[in-house]
Amino acid sequence: MIVGRGRPVYEGVAIGRIYVHMKNQVLTDRKCSDIEKEMERFRTAKEKAAEELSALYEKTAAEIGEEQAAIIEVQSLFLDDLDYIEGIEAMIKSGSEAAFSVHEIGDAQASAFAALDDDYMKARATDIRDISDRLVRILTGADQGFRMDEPGIIVAEDLTPSETVSLDKDKILAFVTRQGSSNSHTAILARVMNIPSLVLTDIDIDQSLNGRTMIVDGFTGNYYIDPDEKTLTEMTAKKKSAGEYKAGLEKYRGIESVSRTGRKVKLFANIGSPSDLKYVIDGDAEGIGLLRSEFLYLGRNDFPSEDELFEAYKSVLEAMGGKKVVIRTLDIGADKKVDYFCLAPEENPALGYRGIRICLTEKDIFRTQLRAIYRASAFGTAAIMFPMIISVKEVQEIKEYCSFIEKELHDEGIATGPVELGIMIETPAAAMISDMLASEVDFFSVGTNDLTQYTLAIDRQNEKLDAFYDAHHPAIMRFLEMIASNAHSKGIWAGICGELAGDLSLTDEFLKMGYDELSVAPSRILELRKNVINSEV
Amino acid sequence: MKTFDYTVKDELGIHARPAGLLVKQIAGIKSNVTIAVKAKNKSADAKRLMAVMKMAVKQGDVVTVTIEGEDEDTAAPQIEQFFKENF
Repeated sequence: MIVGRGRPVYEGVAIGRIYVHMKNQVLTDRKCSDIEKEMERFRTAKEKAAEELSALYEKTAAEIGEEQAAIIEVQSLFLDDLDYIEGIEAMIKSGSEAAFSVHEIGDAQASAFAALDDDYMKARATDIRDISDRLVRILTGADQGFRMDEPGIIVAEDLTPSETVSLDKDKILAFVTRQGSSNSHTAILARVMNIPSLVLTDIDIDQSLNGRTMIVDGFTGNYYIDPDEKTLTEMTAKKKSAGEYKAGLEKYRGIESVSRTGRKVKLFANIGSPSDLKYVIDGDAEGIGLLRSEFLYLGRNDFPSEDELFEAYKSVLEAMGGKKVVIRTLDIGADKKVDYFCLAPEENPALGYRGIRICLTEKDIFRTQLRAIYRASAFGTAAIMFPMIISVKEVQEIKEYCSFIEKELHDEGIATGPVELGIMIETPAAAMISDMLASEVDFFSVGTNDLTQYTLAIDRQNEKLDAFYDAHHPAIMRFLEMIASNAHSKGIWAGICGELAGDLSLTDEFLKMGYDELSVAPSRILELRKNVINSEV
Repeated sequence: MKTFDYTVKDELGIHARPAGLLVKQIAGIKSNVTIAVKAKNKSADAKRLMAVMKMAVKQGDVVTVTIEGEDEDTAAPQIEQFFKENF
């Protein structure tokens, strides 16, 4: 039995087999020593790819249809293209490894197609990327992606947002990462999914862990690999009692969140994609206080179309059946990089080109999003909030642009619903001028994660700073009080959508400050409602 | 050197599948075959699929096909026939 520790980010006990999630291999321009051998490897890989495509063609033609199969046929043709093959062979001859050469030439050809002024040809860029990926996979011997056959515990160095996008969430019992922090992406996801998880875990990760039994104790932070009989019995009992505690929260389902003195607060859920909707229903959320838009942009090679965005937003609004859905516009940049945005590397991404700054600079991106949201607004109760605001001028510019989009849609005869416009208060600047900003918008939502990071000047990804980090720092508490009071004096509502909103030791404080809404991970809602209902404030 | 002009009738222009067939058809020919769209000042070696596709030839475009080499006399009518049947 191996015993170790990590930092728990969500309580509960998980018992299951281990799936090791390794990083996608990063291709680097390593020089190969035997050029002839590398050429031979490339030729063999090309033959293998051709065989795979021909098998895929048969399967697709038989099971799906000729039209889809034609796409596979085009890929086979590309695989024989002289410019493609000669380009790769020339790079190998100059000393680069085959996999890197395929990746580089494939990328160059795909970009050339993507730049063409012809939608049909543009779309062929994906086919070129697809065959290049296939060749790279054959050359590097990497799996065709991470797969789980049965429920299990994912053990990884850390997981990026684009890696988690492709995970089969139904099968994940727990996350255990060697890196990360309480606020890292994996931790946030674990809370949404309601599964016990550990970050900063002292675990040696290698493929030999695959398939072995692991117990994760999200209360103490302990984990056990190949547990002995005694531990297994103890932990199974603990898992059962944790389940009973959860079952005890069921009596708070479906009732209003009102304190003993009659203070009402709305308990909303934070979600990352329409696939999280089932957690919202399970969690009994009264609305959605933060729908992140990033999911629509991650894990793909090109910008989503207005129709794709519209369908996604519409599906959430319809599923919520008239309950409020606060959609946050794209907050990409910083730690959530997407290749096709072509963002330059920055010294200080957290203080850099991100969030609303990208949207206000690259209006095309903003326009597509806003049109999609306004169109979707006809199907439910939508509100839009904008991230990373620091000035009144930005807010006025956004409002003007929103009216322009709304008018544009009406001129086209497209219906929209009433849409509340609000802002995230997540920079110290916005907090300090919240009195001025309150005259401009319909609501505030405090993003405590970034507000804390910027106010305390502490990087949330840097685990060395955890000792200096104080989530209840008086500076943050004063800001929170000030923001709520400035909102109410201008007659607008205020909520909190950062992790702090779910901190049960602060529920009384938030009620006293008069917050109208707390938006938390869906799995936190019943527990938070219990706290509100039993509050004397 | 043999040459002929052809106006593309296919509504998708020279798209991937017929372009692939063309490249396959021409692969066995010894002559150099060039496709040009003079109005757009573009040209490509007809044996290179991606290069042909990147010209993004559309319906109504006039392409000029040039065949030059030892088998040009037999190849030219075959290629012209192919264009008529496929584009």
